[in-house]
Amino acid sequence: MSEEANAERGPWALALRRFLRNRLAVAFLGVFILIVVFVLAAPLWADHVAHTGPNQSHTVDTVTVDGEKKDVVTPEGKPIGPQWFGAGGEFFLGADSRLGRDEMVRLMYGGRTSLLVGITAAVIATLLAVVLGLVAGYFGGWADSVIARTLDTIWSLPVFLIGLSVGIALAVGGLKLGPFELSSGSLWNPILIISIFTVPYIARPIRGEVLSFSKKEFVEAAIAQGAGPVRVMFTEILPNLASTIIVFFTLMIANSMLFEAGLSFLGAGVQPPNSSWGTMITVGVELLKIQPLLAIAPGFMIMLTVLALNIVGDALRDALDPRGKARMDAALQFEAQTGTVGAEGGPVLP
Amino acid sequence: MTRFIVRRLAGMIAVLFAVSVIVFVVFMVLPKQNPAQSLAGKNATPLLVKNIEAEWGFDDSLPQQYLTMMKKVFTGELLQYEPRIPVDDKIVEGIPATFSLTIGAAVIWLFFGLLLGYLSAVRAGGWLDRFLTGLSIAGISIPVFLLAPVLLYFLTYKFEIFPNGQYVPFSEDPGEWLNHLILPWFTLAVLSIGFYSRVLRSNMLDVMNEDYVRTARAKGLSERQVMTRHVLRNSLIPVITLFGLDFGATIAGTAIITETLYDIDGVGLYAAEAVTKFELPPIMGVALYGAFFVVLLNTIVDVVYAYLDPRVRLGETTSQ
Repeated sequence: MSEEANAERGPWALALRRFLRNRLAVAFLGVFILIVVFVLAAPLWADHVAHTGPNQSHTVDTVTVDGEKKDVVTPEGKPIGPQWFGAGGEFFLGADSRLGRDEMVRLMYGGRTSLLVGITAAVIATLLAVVLGLVAGYFGGWADSVIARTLDTIWSLPVFLIGLSVGIALAVGGLKLGPFELSSGSLWNPILIISIFTVPYIARPIRGEVLSFSKKEFVEAAIAQGAGPVRVMFTEILPNLASTIIVFFTLMIANSMLFEAGLSFLGAGVQPPNSSWGTMITVGVELLKIQPLLAIAPGFMIMLTVLALNIVGDALRDALDPRGKARMDAALQFEAQTGTVGAEGGPVLP
Repeated sequence: MTRFIVRRLAGMIAVLFAVSVIVFVVFMVLPKQNPAQSLAGKNATPLLVKNIEAEWGFDDSLPQQYLTMMKKVFTGELLQYEPRIPVDDKIVEGIPATFSLTIGAAVIWLFFGLLLGYLSAVRAGGWLDRFLTGLSIAGISIPVFLLAPVLLYFLTYKFEIFPNGQYVPFSEDPGEWLNHLILPWFTLAVLSIGFYSRVLRSNMLDVMNEDYVRTARAKGLSERQVMTRHVLRNSLIPVITLFGLDFGATIAGTAIITETLYDIDGVGLYAAEAVTKFELPPIMGVALYGAFFVVLLNTIVDVVYAYLDPRVRLGETTSQ
């Protein structure tokens, strides 16, 4: 490809080319898309293959496997193991517990919750971080001190431990803040906890970037033309933050999902009747000895999703910032802190 | 140096104050439910709820309530109500197990993380480097709640090599103490081994391009001397900072999950069991005491680090 042809393409097209050249990342993007399709297909599988819902118990039912009737839950309380297609797809991964719920159906619906919480929390954290970073970096002065100090304080908290206490407090008593009310079982509880405690990880790098952009000529030019602060921040500076935001957003989904899984595993995240991969592991470890898949399958799904997002996020960073100057620093900083997000928190690959 | 320490201590106190306010607001102010009801637990009698209301002074103004809470925390009068036991007694009971777990894991992850990172950097680009890189990426990606069930199923239930978690005090039987902790240590360490080896490798590759390394080679030092004395030593500084942060985070994070999975009778399991029983006082206690410990630890690491590296003292913070 000649220099000229390169110049004709926009930076985004070039970044896309660089990303597509990374075979591993493209493959894992495919994996992530498959996972999304998998969880979106939950109702189809539930209605047409498994003929049951995620919370429907089958304690006293039987299932016909290869023409032979079997108890879903034995009189001793042992749930049926994986049947694969032996029962036409019913109890593909077996039943989950004494309640005899279909593990495969639960895995698909649980994945919906995990992804939903992870993505929503990442969206909220990113939006908050962008606004805070823009205001702090652009205005400087006391606005910057207040925001930067607050972010620093959250940054140095043992985030997982505090998140755990907030999670359980909300799970017991719900939330009442002026006109806002959340019931104790609401999915918004884990979402808000995760997004608020993860804001600094995006806001700090964004603030730094805004700080350096706001001294650039194009910003001075806009101000000279009479643009107000809001216009400068959102139409001049914001577009330049796009690559940072995209990269951190991808990594943030992975981190939020791990955070959620940790909270839910301990019982302070997603509450019944909702279930997520994290809560499924809690149910599964009880029966680890006889039905290991019940704990390992949801754990494996979490790992696969997080791995895919981390590899894609890392490749995006390579593609969008080819000079790679800030790369290692950002990765290191982020990772040192993902350690704080409950350390099982998936670091980004350096 | 004194100025630096004073500044760090002030920062530490600010963070601890923030933690206590968060805990207060979250447990006492935000919930829709009467906080006395939440503190009493799920099956509390109305009488107990009444007593708790009086004891905690929920009719007082909010600042007064905050002071009451802090007084309870500092005088060890924070109680769990079913059965009625001071929370700090239970926490102190759990500390040996938690420390055995986390310190052991930290030793393992430092040793293997640095060893693998060093080998990887010395053989950068070779097959060993590629193999170790793959290994560490795999390690980084495995969450504790996948690794522990897999290890437990295969090594404990299927092949019966290791015992089923749990904790045997060192004073009772050092051999069993070790035997019971091997799997949990490994589980807790794998992620950090992968991560530290990546960090050390990339630090060493950066340092190898420095002028003083060329000088060392030029004056005729052997390759090994160059690597250990000049490259490795200078690459370790960022790792130390990271270690301070990670160790605290592990105690206040992953260790809770690991203790739960392996049924290790530590502070984390105490908190986790309180969560499943919806008992709030133990969680308040663990959050406050735990945060105190973690923040203190981070401050100590910062100060030690500043002592080792004068640039930090003169500049701003280590985490920037």
